Amino acid sequence: MIETTYQNNVLTAFLSGEIDHDSACEIRARVDGIAQSLKPRLLCLDFGKVSFMDSSGVGLVMGRYRQMKLLGGALRVQNVSPGIYRIFAMSGLEGLGVMG
Amino acid sequence: MNAKNEMHLRFPSKSCNEAFARSVAAAFVMNLDPTVTELSDLKTAVSEAVTNCIVHGYRRESGTVFLSGKIDENGRVVFKIRDKGCGIADVRQAMQPLFTTAAEEERAGLGFAVMQSFCDKVRVTSAVGKGTTVTLEKQLGNG
Ligand SMILES: Nc1ncnc2c1ncn2[C@@H]1O[C@H](COP(=O)(O)OP(=O)(O)O)[C@@H](O)[C@H]1O
Ligand SMILES: [Mg+2]
Repeated sequence: MIETTYQNNVLTAFLSGEIDHDSACEIRARVDGIAQSLKPRLLCLDFGKVSFMDSSGVGLVMGRYRQMKLLGGALRVQNVSPGIYRIFAMSGLEGLGVMG
Repeated sequence: MNAKNEMHLRFPSKSCNEAFARSVAAAFVMNLDPTVTELSDLKTAVSEAVTNCIVHGYRRESGTVFLSGKIDENGRVVFKIRDKGCGIADVRQAMQPLFTTAAEEERAGLGFAVMQSFCDKVRVTSAVGKGTTVTLEKQLGNG
């Protein structure tokens, strides 16, 4: 459900499967745990293998955006499919400049 | 083929049932031969409504979530998602995009906005202390 890589101070979390309230809680705990210990300059959330997402995914991204700010780093969201983009588009996330 | 059909389901308000409920919704409409987008729209809308019962309706208590589905002879699909939880005092306010009473739990306040954008019609009836019913309607196929 989540694989991570860390290089050049960039932490990338490859998310996969279905993101809903249930799985978002687990992803949040995993990603925050790793980010807090590594304090990366950039956290990339990769949605390339996400097959389903509801608005819990928006909460997940907003929360990691705040978390990275606290840690002095930045957030980027990448590989979002058109279907999932429809949900991000409702959120005003583009205004944060995190959609890569 | 007569598509007319009906189903009723009840399950405990555990978050693992969010995936279960939207899979049932998808399976229920399968013989209407929905497009990938229609299927994803319905799954997402049902997921939002069921999550709301679990996260808001029953909060940290446990309760029963009711999901029923109906398909009429014209391929119109109606899902009803109901809880007997805390209810909503101001439905109009609750349905505003970005409004949430659970920001600290990282809710985005977009559940109703998603339901409205992915369905033809969304109806919410709620009574404080009694519970909430969300009705989602969508026409499948050339609709
Ligand atoms: N079934 C429900 N029972 C009680 N309150 C609800 C229910 N569904 C929604 N609400 C209220 O409406 C608000 C908005 O819901 P929604 O648009 O799904 O956003 P979110 O779930 O992210 O808060 C919730 O924060 C909650 O206060
Ligand atoms: Mg919601």
